[in-house]
Amino acid sequence: MSGALGKDLLGLEYITADQIRRILDTAEPFKEISERAIKKVPVLRGKTIVNLFFEASTRTRISFEFAEKRLSADTVNVAASGSSVTKGETLVDTARNLEAMRIDMVVMRHMSSGAAKFLADRIESSVINAGDGKHEHPTQGLLDLLTIRDHRPIEGTKVCIVGDVLHSRVARSNIWGLLKLGAEVAVCGPRSLLPLGIEELGVRCFRRVEEAIEWADVLNVLRLQLERMEAGYIPSLREYYRVFGVTVERLEKAPRDLLILHPGPMNRGVEIDSRVADGPHSVILGQVTNGVAVRMAVLYLLAGGNPDLAEAAKGGADR
Amino acid sequence: MLPTERQLLLDEGAIARTLDRMAQDILSQTPDPSRLVLIGVQRRGVELAARLARALAGTSGAEVPRGALDITLYRDDLEVVGPRPLVGETHLPVALEGRHAWIVDDVLFSGRTVRAALDELADFGRPARIGLAVLVDRGGRELPIQADVVGERVPTSPGDRVDVFVRELDGRDAVEVVRGGRAGS
Repeated sequence: MSGALGKDLLGLEYITADQIRRILDTAEPFKEISERAIKKVPVLRGKTIVNLFFEASTRTRISFEFAEKRLSADTVNVAASGSSVTKGETLVDTARNLEAMRIDMVVMRHMSSGAAKFLADRIESSVINAGDGKHEHPTQGLLDLLTIRDHRPIEGTKVCIVGDVLHSRVARSNIWGLLKLGAEVAVCGPRSLLPLGIEELGVRCFRRVEEAIEWADVLNVLRLQLERMEAGYIPSLREYYRVFGVTVERLEKAPRDLLILHPGPMNRGVEIDSRVADGPHSVILGQVTNGVAVRMAVLYLLAGGNPDLAEAAKGGADR
Repeated sequence: MLPTERQLLLDEGAIARTLDRMAQDILSQTPDPSRLVLIGVQRRGVELAARLARALAGTSGAEVPRGALDITLYRDDLEVVGPRPLVGETHLPVALEGRHAWIVDDVLFSGRTVRAALDELADFGRPARIGLAVLVDRGGRELPIQADVVGERVPTSPGDRVDVFVRELDGRDAVEVVRGGRAGS
């Protein structure tokens, strides 16, 4: 079946444009479920899902948990503190313990790039990557795509990712997803926070945020982490805001209205002006709403399991 | 594989007459027409509900509220057939409390779709009564479910298929029985 997902969702780099479109199309009707008085459908009844978070997360974990509960799955949250976990051996042990408890799916966030694949290779359950190091955060990429698609066709749209692209798994998932769906992609930020050789992916680089704003239809503004200043990537947060901050003054000079995305949590007055974050072109809260729908779609598409069986039974419904 | 044979059960005119009669049957079984709501099952049930609503409006003069139900997420066969593409949204125009709701679908076969629709409606509210109206009853029930209003009954064997075509989606109105049309059944 075209667009069927495999066992896991590890990153948008590893799935096709058809699979991405199938997830987004499936997410559309899931939006309505969250508007019902009884926000629940029985489709994943009896499925057990473990939310395994080795790194702090509020929004993503809650979003996954809502998605799971609205599909009637049973969920367990495991928050492993970073200090008690060493990667490698301990993750194998964790995987074996989870398998022994007969679970169906694991949603995992981990500080190491590649941790989701590592786990997926070792357990039979489905693994959904909820962020692995600097690698990917596929459901964030998908919800960004869905949010852009709510407002304009993705193909041909110019999207610029602004900020700390180097350390950002959100940026990576966005770049893969956007390129696969035919968007034009650019990045903008201090040279020290842009990955070397990113142009080879077909991504344009802007050194000045004014140029990015003039070019783009959509800005995806990344969170600037305080640690980056301490590590010497940027001189100061104030300096960053002065040079790269997405402000009303800068947006007023744009030739067209830009759609403003931000994966959260926001640092108001660092990467984004409060008046922009709360302004008429901000779709930041729409992203959060779409996050639940897109995660419901991913859970639903992975839960059915066997695509060969689905192919065999196609057309055998209630006719 | 056995050769398949396609038979016309209802043509455009027959469908129109059948729906008119079904509208009358629905009205006669609804004590208070002002509380009527028609709920089409995605996808062809939605179109049929729209036509029934027009026929009812022509008779009683009152607008009949109608909704749509996608029962995909209430199916009992996710393990067997895997995730199906969701075909349409679910929307109900009015609160169901105290209403006389009619589920409208194209073909009644195993009854599993109706079971799913009943479960889904229960999550939206508590209608005073729920009726079932289908264009074609082809027999073969796997659950204790019967329709209150039936357009046409046709005996079929499990290997047959009933195809309903509606102008809005398929460009023409017809009901055809395809003998031996269900591969693998």
